[in-house]
Amino acid sequence: MKSTSNAVWLVARRELRTRVRTRSFVLGTLFMLLVVLAYPALMFFIGSSNAPASGTDVGVTPQATSLTQPLGAGTPGDAEWRIQRVDDRQRGENLVREGELDVLVTGTSTEPELVFESGDHADLRRSLANIAWQRSLDEAMAEAGADPGQVRGQADRVEVTTTNLDSSDPQQAQRLVIAFVAAFLLYMFLIMTGQMIAQGVVEEKSNRVVEMLLATISSTQLMAGKILGIGLTGLIQFAVIGVVGFGAVSATATLVLPLGAVAGLLGWILVWFLLGFLLYATLLAAASSLVSRQEDLQSVITPVIMTLVVPFVVGVSVLPADPNSTLGTVLSFVPGFSPVLMPMRLALGVAAPWEAPLAAVFSLVASAVVLWLGGRIYSNAILRTGARVKLREALRAS
Amino acid sequence: MPEGALEIDRISKRYGDVVALDEMSLTVRPGEMLGFVGSNGAGKTTTMRIALGVLAADSGEVRYNDAPIDRTVRSRIGYMPEERGLYPKMRVLDQLQYLGELHGLSRAEAGRTAESWLERLGLAERRNDQLQKLSLGNQQRVQLAAALVHDPAVLILDEPFSGLDPVAVELMSTVLRQTCERGVPVVFSSHQLELVQKLCDRVGIVQRGRMVADGTVEQLRSSGPADLTVHAPQAPPDWADGLRGVSVVDTSGGRTTLRLDETADDQAVLQAALSTGPVHEFSRNRPSLTDLFRNVVTEEPAE
Repeated sequence: MKSTSNAVWLVARRELRTRVRTRSFVLGTLFMLLVVLAYPALMFFIGSSNAPASGTDVGVTPQATSLTQPLGAGTPGDAEWRIQRVDDRQRGENLVREGELDVLVTGTSTEPELVFESGDHADLRRSLANIAWQRSLDEAMAEAGADPGQVRGQADRVEVTTTNLDSSDPQQAQRLVIAFVAAFLLYMFLIMTGQMIAQGVVEEKSNRVVEMLLATISSTQLMAGKILGIGLTGLIQFAVIGVVGFGAVSATATLVLPLGAVAGLLGWILVWFLLGFLLYATLLAAASSLVSRQEDLQSVITPVIMTLVVPFVVGVSVLPADPNSTLGTVLSFVPGFSPVLMPMRLALGVAAPWEAPLAAVFSLVASAVVLWLGGRIYSNAILRTGARVKLREALRAS
Repeated sequence: MPEGALEIDRISKRYGDVVALDEMSLTVRPGEMLGFVGSNGAGKTTTMRIALGVLAADSGEVRYNDAPIDRTVRSRIGYMPEERGLYPKMRVLDQLQYLGELHGLSRAEAGRTAESWLERLGLAERRNDQLQKLSLGNQQRVQLAAALVHDPAVLILDEPFSGLDPVAVELMSTVLRQTCERGVPVVFSSHQLELVQKLCDRVGIVQRGRMVADGTVEQLRSSGPADLTVHAPQAPPDWADGLRGVSVVDTSGGRTTLRLDETADDQAVLQAALSTGPVHEFSRNRPSLTDLFRNVVTEEPAE
């Protein structure tokens, strides 16, 4: 005699086999792959067209011109500096913004300043510091009579001040992109797998397959198997997309975020997919069991789908602008909202370490309640063909 | 195969205020075929679903081999629901194999029996087609194979003959008969009364959730009020009046049709007729199953 887990597995295996073979599954996976690959591919192309193969355009303001002579002489390594004069600091900054110049040298010969938009120009900074040190040494010597220790102490205080015109943190920009991609993927995953659940339940009901099945297994086993099988289908899709996406970003080296952090984030997205799936799959299975025809399906699942759309819309409209918004933070703990909002906050780096596990526990508790209610609705409604079963009747004990 | 009778013992089921079954009882012995007849909404499908364990009864019990049906026995029941009960987009063989496995067969075993049934039902070449690509008659054959794939100990079929062409009816009848002869109790519902009369050992007539008649076709036909036709040309119109348990249904051209209830004595009727003169005809009209059904199931409220 077969065991409960065996029956659940049989149902799950059938779901998995039939789903993975369908065209919509293959196309859906390809579409999501495109979304995931778009970012690294874009960054890769932008990066390769932007990076100057050789040389850095350096602008110099009039006060700093005295610095350029030794600079041209002391070129270290393979870096080549193409030095040009600019009229004043304002013009120079504009040129840096336009990309005509990579870096602007301004300030005085003893207090040089670097202005740039990208990179860190460590070589240039080192060279300038060196030159400035010599200058300040010369000046100190010229004043004469000063003791060497004082001269050295004064010289040591010379630093190159840097001003980065790109006010945003490059990590932050990527975090935002990853948060978007995570929210979008979770949303797509949950919608797609949710639709599979809903259509699968009604397919069985409208074709009366469910009568054949319930003659040998219980409705709980059937529902559990269905959720498990479709969940596994989603996981396969997730694995494909996760591995390919992660492979792409590490191969193209387009991320400034440490790969370990990205992998951790991927892990959290997986966890939230599972948590969200459990909740929504149960809700949708219960909702779909109320109707007997595909035509009636939309009316019962739309309210559930809305509870998925709203978190996504809130997530992408509130969090990017203000990652620390109170609304986003509070909602990221609310079951239903958490599967989309918490991964976004994790990606943005604004969630404290204890926050995600706590939200996960809330979500699990909610899922347990939903499973209990949903299982009851499903069991009571699944054999009642014909008109739509009223929710209240389905909840009442049969 | 363990041989046991399927007993449905006074099961009742209500849906809200609607009584679907009211102490319904029936027994099918091993190797017996029971035809289950009744108009739509009489409670046949509900009875079958409860016997299968798909539905729970409010009261009463279903037993197999004198023990209440549990999960183990339930997986040994072969079932064919009304209309279709299979995945339209799943391949025929996969489908049968899956059902076989759900009924507790190993994967290999389920594959083997599925193949052999498809062979036997003439569907071997279609085994890798999607079910929806088959004609309705062939889909029905697959459905039959689905009921038989796990070598059931009990067979319950809801309207197995509806929508079948004569060849398929013949095939279905043969398969059911053979299954029955192997000692499996078989119950099926049908509106095709001639078929039931021809095929079944016993017939149960259901009305409004109750079994109103249950017995062999012979018993049913000889039970209940019987009609007599008497041709006594010289008899006065009132010749049969006063005979115990006899009422006149019709008189025309010297022929009188009488209805006799259980208290009537047909020999007394014959003597009364002879006392009026010659009697050319004295015949008992045995009702067909259709007549019985019509008498029993009148003014059934529609579902």
